[in-house]
Amino acid sequence: MADASGSNWRYRRRRILNVFNLTGSVIATGFGLFWLVWILWTTLSAGAAAIDWTLFTENTPAPGGRGGLANAIVGSLIMVGLATVIGTPIGIFAGTWLAEFGRKKPVAAVIRFINDILLSAPSIIMGLFVYELVVVTTRQFSGIAGALALAIILLPVVIRTTEEMLRLVPNSLREAALALGAPRWKVITLIAYRAALSGVLTGVLLGVARIAGETAPLLFTALNNQFWSTDITGPMANLPVVIFQFAMSPYAEWHTLAWAGALLITLSVLALSIIARTLLRQPKMD
Amino acid sequence: MNDTQTVEAGSKIQVRNLDFYYGKFRALKDVSLDIAKNHVTAFIGPSGCGKSTLLRTLNRMYELYPDQRATGEILLDGKNILTPRMDLYRLRARVGMVFQKPTPFPMTIYENIAFGVRLYERLKKSTMDDRVESALRQSALWDEVKDKLKQSGMSLSGGQQQRLCIARAIAVKPEVLLLDEPASALDPISTLKIEELIYELKNNYTIVIVTHNMQQAARVSDHTAFMYLGELVEFGDTNGIFTNPSQKQTEDYITGRYG
Repeated sequence: MADASGSNWRYRRRRILNVFNLTGSVIATGFGLFWLVWILWTTLSAGAAAIDWTLFTENTPAPGGRGGLANAIVGSLIMVGLATVIGTPIGIFAGTWLAEFGRKKPVAAVIRFINDILLSAPSIIMGLFVYELVVVTTRQFSGIAGALALAIILLPVVIRTTEEMLRLVPNSLREAALALGAPRWKVITLIAYRAALSGVLTGVLLGVARIAGETAPLLFTALNNQFWSTDITGPMANLPVVIFQFAMSPYAEWHTLAWAGALLITLSVLALSIIARTLLRQPKMD
Repeated sequence: MNDTQTVEAGSKIQVRNLDFYYGKFRALKDVSLDIAKNHVTAFIGPSGCGKSTLLRTLNRMYELYPDQRATGEILLDGKNILTPRMDLYRLRARVGMVFQKPTPFPMTIYENIAFGVRLYERLKKSTMDDRVESALRQSALWDEVKDKLKQSGMSLSGGQQQRLCIARAIAVKPEVLLLDEPASALDPISTLKIEELIYELKNNYTIVIVTHNMQQAARVSDHTAFMYLGELVEFGDTNGIFTNPSQKQTEDYITGRYG
């Protein structure tokens, strides 16, 4: 029975190891969640106190005064909206080319590699790039420059998801459409897009959520504006930079508004993520 | 070897000295055979023998993949379809195809069928309704789906989906119907329905079917081609092939000694 006692010992060692690792994992998870919940709780409690109607009707106040975030909210909406309008079609076209035509071509591999780098590049670099390209040449901080910087951050996210979602569409579906005599472009637009639609939309939404809170690229491009402005050729107020500026100030009223802005961004990102998840949960192709 | 027998009925498709390459690999070797009009021709043989490849040359489905090519001649009504001048989309509208796995499009049952029709014809709503109904009737699916034409095609069962794909293929009024193991993913009852359907359809269409199921080939086809390692070993009357094969390889395969 030497054999059995040997395996017995191994079995005990495996159980001890299991308990040890499981405990470690639970502690690590708890540690991570603790900070996350703390952050969310602080944002919620400090921000909720500041949320009232004037937040949406009044502009950012002078130091020490009372006011709202109306100009920053509208500025953020305009720039994020513009960035989405610019970045989404380019991203979808590029992703479509990679998935439908590029496939194994060497140039596609190069594009994929560069796109992956763009995907993880620090956003401040996009800000600097647009600063040099647009702000310096036009000698003006502007909403359109901000939108461009955000679009460049959005682009690789859309490219990546579009390609991946189109690759999930089985080739048999494309063949089936081709077998009916459908030209390639109809196969892509009427069949492949339809099968990949919810996935691609999810990618766009997640990209929008990503750029909604970006601060660094806007510091160099849209800067800020304490007045109401919908002129995209001039400096434009926006939530992230207002939060940055107000939170760093010594004024209590500004602090409160910064928390309110932080809560607004958190809630909209949360809403986008929930929409994206519900979209993805819809029945997919197998 | 290729002792091709001439088929008495008029030929719809004549394959002449066909070679097929996946990159450098030669998957079909000098295949020649005639496919009779308004008859069912079955391709049988072990996996990898080239029967599906041969089927996919008949509508040039392989064109989707850049490293695949065919040489030789395939005459459809006497015209070579392998020339670059051939309009691929018109060809595929004439030569329909149904695949092994059901492939309903992600749209309603009605739209699944209307999709192909709309590619080449502009029909009034009522005419389109009639076309959809007649395609569904021909594929023996009408009674099961007539009340849910607006539902997704993917909500149907596997057997129904496959009949939907057949309906979709015949709605564009092709002359030839290629069936690539159309029943291999289906249960016996659905298989039976598909086989009955094939029997019905051959009045109007020239049908080519690839199958792994020898009984199926014997049941539904008029002519049978046995292929092995990219070569056409034997081709002729289905009865003759199954009861009195002239080649040793064919006999071995049919009696289950390999494959």
